Amino acid sequence: MTSAVTRGANSDPDRKVRRPGQMREGLKMTVENASAPAVVVDDLDFGPATGLICRECGAHYSLGAAYACMECFGPLEVTYQYGDITREKIEAGPTSIWRYSALLPVSAHAVDEPNLAPGWTRLVHAHNLAEELGMTSLWIKDDSGNPTHSFKDRVVAVAQSAARRLGLTTLSCASTGNLAHAVAAAAARAGQESVVIIPHDLEDGKTVTTATYGGKLLAVEGNYDEVNRLCSELIGDPLTNDWGFVNVNLRPYYAEGSKTVGYEIAEQLGWRLPDQVVIPIASGALLVKVDKAFRELIELGLVEEKPYKIFGAQATGCSPVYQAFEAGHDVVRPVKPDTIAKSLAIGNPADGPYAIDVVRRTSGAIGSVSDAEVVDGIRRLARTEGVFAETAGGVVLASLEQLLASGKLDPDAETVILNTGDGLKTLDAVIDVVGPTATIQPKVSDVREALA
Amino acid sequence: MSAEVTVRVPTILRTYTGGEAEVTVDPSDTSGGETLAGVLEALEANHPGIRSRILDDSGALRRFVNVYVGDEDVRFAEGLATPTPGGTQISVIPAVAGG
Repeated sequence: MTSAVTRGANSDPDRKVRRPGQMREGLKMTVENASAPAVVVDDLDFGPATGLICRECGAHYSLGAAYACMECFGPLEVTYQYGDITREKIEAGPTSIWRYSALLPVSAHAVDEPNLAPGWTRLVHAHNLAEELGMTSLWIKDDSGNPTHSFKDRVVAVAQSAARRLGLTTLSCASTGNLAHAVAAAAARAGQESVVIIPHDLEDGKTVTTATYGGKLLAVEGNYDEVNRLCSELIGDPLTNDWGFVNVNLRPYYAEGSKTVGYEIAEQLGWRLPDQVVIPIASGALLVKVDKAFRELIELGLVEEKPYKIFGAQATGCSPVYQAFEAGHDVVRPVKPDTIAKSLAIGNPADGPYAIDVVRRTSGAIGSVSDAEVVDGIRRLARTEGVFAETAGGVVLASLEQLLASGKLDPDAETVILNTGDGLKTLDAVIDVVGPTATIQPKVSDVREALA
Repeated sequence: MSAEVTVRVPTILRTYTGGEAEVTVDPSDTSGGETLAGVLEALEANHPGIRSRILDDSGALRRFVNVYVGDEDVRFAEGLATPTPGGTQISVIPAVAGG
């Protein structure tokens, strides 16, 4: 930790015309010459959010379209001053993530602006699956029920609200598919422009669906990490002056949307925390934010304090966080992904180190599973509970089994697993291993024979 | 052949380059020579202060900065010792990822 400059985000009389995150003392003139747009940050209504703080060095910045600390490149995170938050007030809210508006960097008006109203997805008590696995109490938080069938609708809704406040009129992202759906659909709903940038070799379901929502769709001949790099390089180019890249320059807001998964799990369990949670790791942000949600609920007195364990799940073909965790490293060495779990195929996960911190702090562990195990996991979840998960859900279920087998996860402790997306998005994963029991003529005798 | 390389500078470092998104440097006369270390040395000579934003106090790449030599992330190559032949494009980019 370096003792970088800390500037009071709210007390600073200079903040009206500051370009957030881009001001070093004595460099104001140069800053004005930079080609990026000046974002006026005064009078912005971000609800309880008070500013941005660097997670590495603790430098403070005003709220704005900033995402990397100019002292150390560390990621920026929203800071809050929460008001009086009670279970009753939350329960009286809408059946969407907006019931938690008072815990998000959004205006109280966000709920009334055009958006997809994601969240409040079902928490399924998985009796059959629990029995098969020899577990006492198992729940599936099924985020395939979101408007574009993945948890990404949550984060995009929060980023979209931030984009409005910051005057960014085009919604954009680098995506492995799920985020592409969420951004294209959210922009369509709100009448905004969108430019979605994806690797060219995604599953058809992801490319075709995104294109159907309209907006611009750029398929890049490269992998996700290359697409992500391209988006980072586009920031600061005059072309993108009024673009909000939800997972780049709006990332501090976007990432907070993932907290709502944690809030919902606790509220749906009757305002209590589970003992164990298994969460897929791509960038690592979801895992980190679910933990943050649990800690906030404890601090705000909305749930009883209790120990809980957070477990991660990766596919072996892209398991940089698992590898670093197992090796006892704090730095995640990037890998080149090769797995069917494309929504988790981020070889250079920016939140990886923080995900490792959370798993270590809560005495959890991380699973790493083969593509064949992922396919088995998808089938088992569908067969036992009627939940058809995308590959990331298969990674979670296979990791659950692995962690049970190794004794790292307690079968008698209450456990929640996350399904982050719909299996219809990744039919390719199972298309070669499942199919009709028989293809027959429309005759009763054929049915009898086929089912004999 | 000229040892000059171009360096793409992220928005948060353009305070050091007078707002320029791309600068040219020649690392051939530095102690690091035609490697990433030499490029950063030459960059520091032209734009004082910029190197310590990219490297930490121990001289290693900061953990949330990605540097590419051509298309290759230097963490996959030889890090600061990665060769940078004349004409190479180098990109310095904040690490963010999330799909």
